[in-house]
This record gives sequence, C-alpha cells and structure tokens, in this order.
Amino acid sequence: MFQALKRLYHKLGSPKYFYEMTGKMLPWLIAATVLLLVPGLIYGLAFAPPERYQGDSYRIIYIHVPAASIAMGGYIMMAVAGVVVLVWRMKMAEMVARCLAPIGASFTFICLVTGSIWGKPTWGTWWVWDARLTSMLVLLFLYIGVMALNSAINNAQSAARATAVLSIVGAVNLPIIKYSVNWWNTLHQPASIKMTSSAIDPEMLFTLLSCIGGFYCLFAVLLINSTRCEVLQREQRSNWVKKTVGAV
Amino acid sequence: MEFDSFQAFMQMGKHGAFVWSAYGITLVVILGNLIAIRRRKKNVIETIQRKIKREQAGL
Repeated sequence: MFQALKRLYHKLGSPKYFYEMTGKMLPWLIAATVLLLVPGLIYGLAFAPPERYQGDSYRIIYIHVPAASIAMGGYIMMAVAGVVVLVWRMKMAEMVARCLAPIGASFTFICLVTGSIWGKPTWGTWWVWDARLTSMLVLLFLYIGVMALNSAINNAQSAARATAVLSIVGAVNLPIIKYSVNWWNTLHQPASIKMTSSAIDPEMLFTLLSCIGGFYCLFAVLLINSTRCEVLQREQRSNWVKKTVGAV
Repeated sequence: MEFDSFQAFMQMGKHGAFVWSAYGITLVVILGNLIAIRRRKKNVIETIQRKIKREQAGL
C-alpha cells in the first residue's frame, strides 16, 4: 500500500505523466461537474422548500457554502503544496501552487460577495466586522499576496519557494476561520452541517451536497486546465512538449 | 416546483434582486476564470509553435 502510494507520488511528480493523466481525467471531471452542478442549482433555485425565516433569500446558500468550502480547501492545498516545494523541491507542486492562487482568490471573492448580498436582507447590513467575515477577508488578501509575490519574482523556482513560506505561515488563518463562529458570538451563524448531525432539512441538505460536489469538480477542472498551461510553458524545451504542441 | 409562475420565480418573494445578483456575479467570476485560462492556453501553445518553427528554420 505504502509502496504503491510512493510510486504514485513519484509518477505525479513528473510533468509529462501529470499532463497525460489529467488529459484522460478531464472529460470525466467536466461530466461530473455538469451532472452535479446543473441539477443541484436548478433544484436549489426552484424546487427546494423556502427557509422558514428567510424565505427565498436563503437560496444563495447553494453557491455561498460551496464557494466558502473551496476557498478554504484550496488554501489548504496551496499550503500542503508549499510544504512539498520546500521539503522535496517537487516541480509539479510549484506549478500547482502557483495556479491555485488566482482560482482560490476567485472562490473567496464569490464567497464574500454572495455572503454580503445575503447579509443585506437577512441581517440588514452588507458588511460587519464579524470574526468570520473578517478572517475570510484576510484569506482573500493572503491569496492576493501569494499572487503578487509570484509575479514579483522572475525566477519561477525562487518565486515558488518564497510563496510557499507565505502560504504556510498564512495557514494560521484557517483554524481561525473554521472556529470563528464558535469562539465569537456575533452575526455569522455556526455550521449547520456536521458529520454526526445536521440542523437542516434533508431536501435542502442533498441539494447543497450536490452543489458542493459540483463546485469541487469545477474547481478541479479549472485547476487542472490552468496547471496544464503552466506545465507546457515550463517544460517547453523538452521533446514531449514539442511533440504534443506540434501535433495540435 | 416551489413557484406558481415564472414571475414569482424571478421575484423570489421580494428577494429576487439579491438572489439573482449573487448567482449572476458567481457566473461572471467563473466564466472570467474559464476565459482567462483558455486565452493563456492559446498563448502558450502559439509561443511554443513559433519557437519550434524558428528552430526548424535555423537548422
């Protein structure tokens, strides 16, 4: 088992293998995105029951929660890739980490904007300096900081090492986001979905889970496509890239 | 279906502007990402192809 994982790790470290494998995976991922996201969103917008107190404004949940989950999941991924960059100097991890930043920033932006729009009819305000909202804004700034640092350093490898340090240090923010709703009792509500019990109607829950799954597939599609560009660019001197691109 | 008519669906019980603007902005951001990546792919491939041609001409 461990040996097989180790082999997979080494294989995935090869840009050529990554490019070939993701090329085969992409059509399936795109199909999964459509199959999960389209019915999920249609059901969430038109068929799921309205919320008892909020009426129909709650339907924003079907994009807000998936975006928030990806904003944090993407950051965890970037920090883990950062560790791999610093410890094992893996080139593939450098490329993935670099491509993660703008995509993660996009989903954090979606989470903040949809949350703000949802807050107006629900809380009566677009924005408060609530712990959850503030720590999420810090996450957006961390992503933007990583992007800025990446474009400020010309050498790809030095840029990757510098941003790896920044993203690992910034990971301190993640538990703060997660537990902010329990530590401080302000406006943002605590989590409704837990592994053991959920304070949410099953019809809403399955719709939301479908949307979360669909958003994760979409995130994977974006990340893989972006990383494939990065692979082609960085490996342009190698023969397999010349062959691949020449054949297109 | 929770709504009686298309109009009711658009109005979302007085919250239409909020719900639809949230979905609209999300769609714009995701499409923006897709377009940016597609453009980058085209740029990268064209640059490499030009380079290959130059190398072949130099030979």
